[in-house]
Amino acid sequence: MNHVDAAPLRLSKVGKIYGGRRALAEVSTTFEPGRIAAVLGPNGAGKSTLLGILSTLIAPSAGEVRWGEDRLGRGSLLRARIGYVGHDPGLYGDLTATENLTLFARLYGVADPRARAAALLARVGLGEAAAEAPARTFSRGMLQRLALARALAHDPALLLFDEPAAALDPTGADWLARELSAEREAGRVVVLVTHDLAAAAVADQVVILRRGRVVFDEARPGGFGVEAVRASYDTRTRPAAREANRG
Amino acid sequence: MAEDGATAPAPGFWRQALRIAAKDLAIEWRSREVLATMTFLAVVVVLIFSFAFVIEGTRPPAPVVAGIMWVALVVAGTVGLARAFDRERDGEAIRSLLLTPAPRPAIYLGKLAATVALMAITEIVLTALAGVLFSASLGAVIGRVALLLVLGTIGFAAAGCTFSAALLRARGRDALLATLLYPIIVPIVIAGARGTTQLIDPIAPDFDGARFWTQFLFALDVLFVTAGLWAFEPIVSGD
Repeated sequence: MNHVDAAPLRLSKVGKIYGGRRALAEVSTTFEPGRIAAVLGPNGAGKSTLLGILSTLIAPSAGEVRWGEDRLGRGSLLRARIGYVGHDPGLYGDLTATENLTLFARLYGVADPRARAAALLARVGLGEAAAEAPARTFSRGMLQRLALARALAHDPALLLFDEPAAALDPTGADWLARELSAEREAGRVVVLVTHDLAAAAVADQVVILRRGRVVFDEARPGGFGVEAVRASYDTRTRPAAREANRG
Repeated sequence: MAEDGATAPAPGFWRQALRIAAKDLAIEWRSREVLATMTFLAVVVVLIFSFAFVIEGTRPPAPVVAGIMWVALVVAGTVGLARAFDRERDGEAIRSLLLTPAPRPAIYLGKLAATVALMAITEIVLTALAGVLFSASLGAVIGRVALLLVLGTIGFAAAGCTFSAALLRARGRDALLATLLYPIIVPIVIAGARGTTQLIDPIAPDFDGARFWTQFLFALDVLFVTAGLWAFEPIVSGD
């Protein structure tokens, strides 16, 4: 086990400015292991920027992210403990599912890449036929399953999801919710960025961003549920609508 | 949290670079998409010039043959370089690659090695074709010509991979790549063409002159590869 595996991820006054435009400002929160944190917000709220900073691919302009005792910066070697599932699969379409997983397992230094690939394909429900088919022939749902398998190839301690339910059918969305719960049970830090309030219902921490700032951050062990997520979201992101309802 | 994905220490720099190169070559072996286009273009360029410059029964001057070979190489190589990061861009595979513990310079060297390998295959066809069509005196100097070609290819691909990575998400990147790359690689083409001319001159090959151009190309390779290794990290991390 790595020293960061059971450590929380702490963001302290994290800011990001792109060419004079503020994407994030003074974002402070903590993401705990064994918990699913959903980051919500309207378009342009800074959700994807936040995920980019957590993944070490984007450097913050201000503040810091600490994972345990270590500072998580751009290009940090701690990236080897991070798994990322985006709305794009992050896979090579010309390689088969097995080849994709074996390649990434090897790059991460997994001891037995082929056995790991086979185990992951079984776990995400991609059968033998799919295992030997090029990833470009996969449906959206199958790609998302393979993307999760790729993100888990090195048994990461931090799992980041960027709109993972986008374009998934209801069956795929149900599968994803089960997988998120499984990752929580496995004790990983799970951070989910989404527009889909139903997908966020499984979360037990909800962080809402608006114009780059945290306007809501609350943890409820056992999960929020879709109604609570929707109520929190509406209250914090649609103040005008709220006032009208009151009237 | 422990699963079967127990990780050993991350593989070394060169193994990571080799894996990335092997991945690119495996994909290309399956599709032959880039290699076929590069070879086709190189052959077309050589054929067009041969119709223009070769008068039946005569052998074109050595500078013409050398010039044709290097122009064909640059045209074909540009196509390969324009596609060098396509597979990383599709489906955002570049993000997955950058999240692995593979050092950025190892990723760059892996991409460079795969590009050089594909260009080298094209050069074998190109050199054979030039030998036949232009009756070029390559037999005795083939080793030295090959060294010039390989060194020129490394420098060309080193600069090209850097620009190709920089243009990963740019619109009109094919046109931009040529616009940015060609002024930079002029010294490589001059050195390669001059060195080749001196080697294949049927009357008085100038081995000392060719040695100078070979050394000059080597120095350019060191410069371009070093610049690429240094620049790749900020280029791909640019936010």
